[in-house]
Amino acid sequence: MFSKEEIAQRIAKEIKDGYYVNLGIGIPTLVANYIPKGINVVLQSENGLLGMGPFPFEGEEDADLINAGKQTITTLPGSSIFDSAMSFGMIRAQKVDLTILGAMEVSENGDIANWKIPGKMVKGMGGAMDLVASAKNIIVAMQHINKAGESKLLPQCTLPLTGVKCIKKIVTELAVLDVLPEGGFKLLERAPGVSIEFIQQSTAGRLVVEGEIPEMRLD
Amino acid sequence: MINKVVSGAEEAIRDISDGATIMLGGFGLCGIPENCINALVKKQVKQLTCISNNAGVDDFGIGLMLKQRQLKKMISSYVGENAEFERQLLSGELEVDLIPQGTLATRCLAAGYGMPAIFTPAGVGTEVAEGKEIRNFNGKDYLMEYAFDADFAIVKAWKGDTAGNLMFRSTSRNFNPVMAMAGKVTIAEVEELVEAGELDPDHIHTPGIYVHRIFQGKDYEKRIEQRTVRKSGV
Repeated sequence: MFSKEEIAQRIAKEIKDGYYVNLGIGIPTLVANYIPKGINVVLQSENGLLGMGPFPFEGEEDADLINAGKQTITTLPGSSIFDSAMSFGMIRAQKVDLTILGAMEVSENGDIANWKIPGKMVKGMGGAMDLVASAKNIIVAMQHINKAGESKLLPQCTLPLTGVKCIKKIVTELAVLDVLPEGGFKLLERAPGVSIEFIQQSTAGRLVVEGEIPEMRLD
Repeated sequence: MINKVVSGAEEAIRDISDGATIMLGGFGLCGIPENCINALVKKQVKQLTCISNNAGVDDFGIGLMLKQRQLKKMISSYVGENAEFERQLLSGELEVDLIPQGTLATRCLAAGYGMPAIFTPAGVGTEVAEGKEIRNFNGKDYLMEYAFDADFAIVKAWKGDTAGNLMFRSTSRNFNPVMAMAGKVTIAEVEELVEAGELDPDHIHTPGIYVHRIFQGKDYEKRIEQRTVRKSGV
């Protein structure tokens, strides 16, 4: 079974040279630590920055320079700053190549729910609805099973939706799966030591298993 | 040159009265108009409709206005850092319109560009789309969202001049330039106010035509929400 760091590490393998990437809050943020050496990737932060650098050294924090998670960050050579409308303009116009975000639920037709639990959690969607409605390629990083022990990969989402038919790939602590255009979760890889039967039990939506399913590799 | 300078926050907000619709710039606590928010808290103006990406934290920013029940309605995209907000929302004391962040920004932009509405795919197929007109362009559905109509926009800039021209610094820019364009009356508080002519026209982010009142703010706290650092030498 994969840790959160290992989920992030596996997702980082999907990032290609020259990509502009938007990372959501949570596990997706960790992906920045595992971007393969030798490739050039620019991270977009939707509060208005391209070229997000690492956290500042202690004592060098700048209250005017934060990421979308409100964390203090730094810029890099080649960074640029812009306003919120332009930030979502470049997202809507599909200039950003890859979006990686967390989810509470994903359905077998690619719907995603990640912003609201009616009567309980009311935080808002932030930029998530804009991102999932426009991104060319979206990968969801999440736990396969929620804290109550229920599958988060469902026939249909039960929570209010963030976007419809938009998720293409999911990486969890158990598996890597593609969402098929005709519906269903196609099992691509399993985490080391995790059986197909266990993934099947943990997936409430339709799981498609064809041929040998290799173990995920991080190198 | 038209002189836009006022003495301070109290004078800048003098005619904001109960029931007004106001926009407040900033992302989280970054780039918020601290002086004007404090003046609104002191003035105790009530029944406000507030358009702002976030709602501050419990003891700073818009959170201070929430605590005094000055807000009737909040239009935001993310309010996760404010427990009092969540309480007022769940109890029904506060009317809340949660909208996608890009929609929020672009509805400001539309107002400043003189366009009545925009089309965006954000929210199609979700509860955000309820009751809204949907148009299909090139095989994809888009929601029609109206430009904002705000009585006042209050923004924070880094530098400004007496003609109302503004420059922003780093990611404290965020919603400030688009909100500056969107108010019927726009108030800008700046860290440094200079004479017209001292800022390079090529470096102006918001032209003074959009700004009606400007003043140099004081005692900026610039609170950091998530102080994240790496150890030096690692």
